[in-house]
Amino acid sequence: MSLTARVAPPRYLPGQALHAEWTKFRTVAGPAWLLAEVVALTVAVAVAAASAARCRSATCGIDPATVSFTGIYPGQAVVAVAGVLAIGNEYSTGMIKLSLTAMPRRLTWFFAKATVLTAPVLTAAALAVAGAALAGRLILPGKGFTPAHGYASLTSATDVRAAAGAVLYLTLIALLSLGLAAAVRDSAAAIGLVLGVLYLFPIAAAVVSNPALARHLDQIGPLPAGQDAQATIGVHSLPLTPWQGLGVVALWTAAALLLGALALKFRDA
Amino acid sequence: MTTETVAPDRSPLTPERESFWHLVHAEWTKFRTVRGWVIAVLFTMVAIPAFAFLSTSSSSSCGGGNVSGSGSVAACPAQPIGPGGVPVVDAFEFAHQPVTGNGTITVQVTSLTGQAPVVPAGGVSDGPPAGPGGLDPWSKAGIIIKENTSPGSAYAAMMVTSSNGVRMQWDYVDDTPGLTGSVSASAPRWLRLVRDGGTITGYDSADGTHWTLVGTATLPGLATTVQAGLFAAGSSDDGQFNTMATGVFRHIGLSWPATGWTGTNIGGPNAVPVLGTLRQNAGTTSVASFGDISPAAGAVYGGGGQPLQDVLAGTFFGLILLIVVAAMFITAEYRRGLIHVSLTAAPRRGRLLAAKAVVIGAVGFVAGLVAATLALAVGMHLLHGNLQWPVSLLTEARMVAGTAALLAVAAVLAFAIGTIVRSSAPAVAIVIVVIFVPYLLVRPLSAGGRGGGWDLQITPAAALSVQQSVPRFHQLIDSYSLQNGYYPLAPWAGLAVECAWAAVALALAFFLLRRRDA
Repeated sequence: MSLTARVAPPRYLPGQALHAEWTKFRTVAGPAWLLAEVVALTVAVAVAAASAARCRSATCGIDPATVSFTGIYPGQAVVAVAGVLAIGNEYSTGMIKLSLTAMPRRLTWFFAKATVLTAPVLTAAALAVAGAALAGRLILPGKGFTPAHGYASLTSATDVRAAAGAVLYLTLIALLSLGLAAAVRDSAAAIGLVLGVLYLFPIAAAVVSNPALARHLDQIGPLPAGQDAQATIGVHSLPLTPWQGLGVVALWTAAALLLGALALKFRDA
Repeated sequence: MTTETVAPDRSPLTPERESFWHLVHAEWTKFRTVRGWVIAVLFTMVAIPAFAFLSTSSSSSCGGGNVSGSGSVAACPAQPIGPGGVPVVDAFEFAHQPVTGNGTITVQVTSLTGQAPVVPAGGVSDGPPAGPGGLDPWSKAGIIIKENTSPGSAYAAMMVTSSNGVRMQWDYVDDTPGLTGSVSASAPRWLRLVRDGGTITGYDSADGTHWTLVGTATLPGLATTVQAGLFAAGSSDDGQFNTMATGVFRHIGLSWPATGWTGTNIGGPNAVPVLGTLRQNAGTTSVASFGDISPAAGAVYGGGGQPLQDVLAGTFFGLILLIVVAAMFITAEYRRGLIHVSLTAAPRRGRLLAAKAVVIGAVGFVAGLVAATLALAVGMHLLHGNLQWPVSLLTEARMVAGTAALLAVAAVLAFAIGTIVRSSAPAVAIVIVVIFVPYLLVRPLSAGGRGGGWDLQITPAAALSVQQSVPRFHQLIDSYSLQNGYYPLAPWAGLAVECAWAAVALALAFFLLRRRDA
């Protein structure tokens, strides 16, 4: 008779992992503040950009959605901070050891984390984009974006598609940040990496001397690709169609999540 | 047994330990012993010059903004090159005759009228209000002595302009004012050019008897036989030649033998929308023309060259690395609890803050200095013969030192924000957003918009103006947009804006570090 008793490891269901992560998420103030900032910043910049915009003629060629969604530029940085801190705070506080002890199936933990982040970010992004679109709808007709200048309506199917694109874009950026944070384990390096990936592509595309290379940079960069999903006029001349653009962002996010998952699974925490 | 009082063992506080530079040395040791930070800084030094290979091309590629997608390179329209190697616009109607040796040309201008700028149907002009008679403010007509009729040749001219009075201009970039007010039949303007060897002197007069010296131009190597005569030019607005100016001349006086005027369209038939005309009646001569005689700066530049600042495009990449390192320089102390040790060793918190700021600022400056020097050296080689505007050694020095300062101040700003928020991710995000987003927002919007760019005037991104390598001219109307290489603020003013941000952030960091528990 063997004297050693084996304690069976606790079997956590994904639902329990989700519940645990959700409790962690909602009991600290930081994430809620960050998501409130996403909404406030995106809407405030939309109001400022719409107030500054002018369309003087039928040929002004300014996309009202681009003006309304100007706030996505700084807003995505806050979303990225939220995504990075979801994982980064676990490492910086040492909580990761406790989390992985309680939930040894690392991938279950990781995807529970990602799921718990997704829902609130999706909500905040929807609020932010709705606020920005509303600001544009109220302000832009007074700035020359009138039916006489070719802006018949600001609530067509195209506008709804652009708004949906913006919401999905922000959500994908949060998950991209979460994945990269898991891969590099350090908040500062992760946010530098995420913002570099986001902002350097359009800057590089603007300064690169070779036009073909510039167009490719606009196609593979997540920020320019995401902007193609938020456009409402001149869609045919963009480097990517709206859904292709969103697809490129989704590929970046999938790659980052895969990288994070692999790093988490095969590396010491 | 007696008890003795034993003095507690305490190391003496030596003067060296009190010194600020001791603290700086300690902080420098902390910095250089973190391998990741040193690698990041070294990478910054290499990455910025490496980026120059991406952002430059040695062959002309016209219309970088108009991407056809095929990647084919269009042939560039030739941009005439003036004296001093600057690209110029030299397209106008020239009523000229050859003149040999020294002499004088005098003329009375009685009117300068224009055809209103062409406005797109149903639209409103975004340009400035046109001057009197539908002219551009710098529409001009007058007398000119020019080396020959090929575009870009040396010249000196006296002219009336529609809104800027009488001017003397020479060799495309020099401009000096004479009489003010506009010209009319009741208030004519007399203009005179006197040639003496390689020197041409301009005079103006309201009555033809009392003459005032306006300016003296030195045109080195001017040939003995040159072309002298009358000209008109509508001038350009944001690269568009929309205005035709007509000058009416009377009392033409030549000290050289008169051989009759020949009308020539300088720059050829395709240089301007419509060819100029020369009409001679009894007593009056009128010259009408589109075009301009000016530096080819801003939107009017049609060549395939690149501004030198393109070679510093990697600065953005370097900024991200430095901002991350600078923020971590303080947030890592909080994360690891090292801040307690640091403040125990240096209880005067303001001094600790200053020492850390000095170290991270110096690291940023040196990294920027090395990177910008290498980038410019590599870039000048890559851009050989394809530089949009000749750059003086002084401008190059300003670009290098300015880029170093830009990186140093950005590092100090990131460090100060890191001290304020005590968490690395928000600190890094804040600094990157305030530098990158204004630049990204202005870049596409400035395509057709005039002025604007206020976000490049009040945010730390204003400091990017230290990299501007192309000059602006008061006598050339242009939006001077970011796409053409212009920033809204002067170089050092832009850097001062970034310094103000860093100073405010440091002051707040100092206040909070003293008031808060560590």
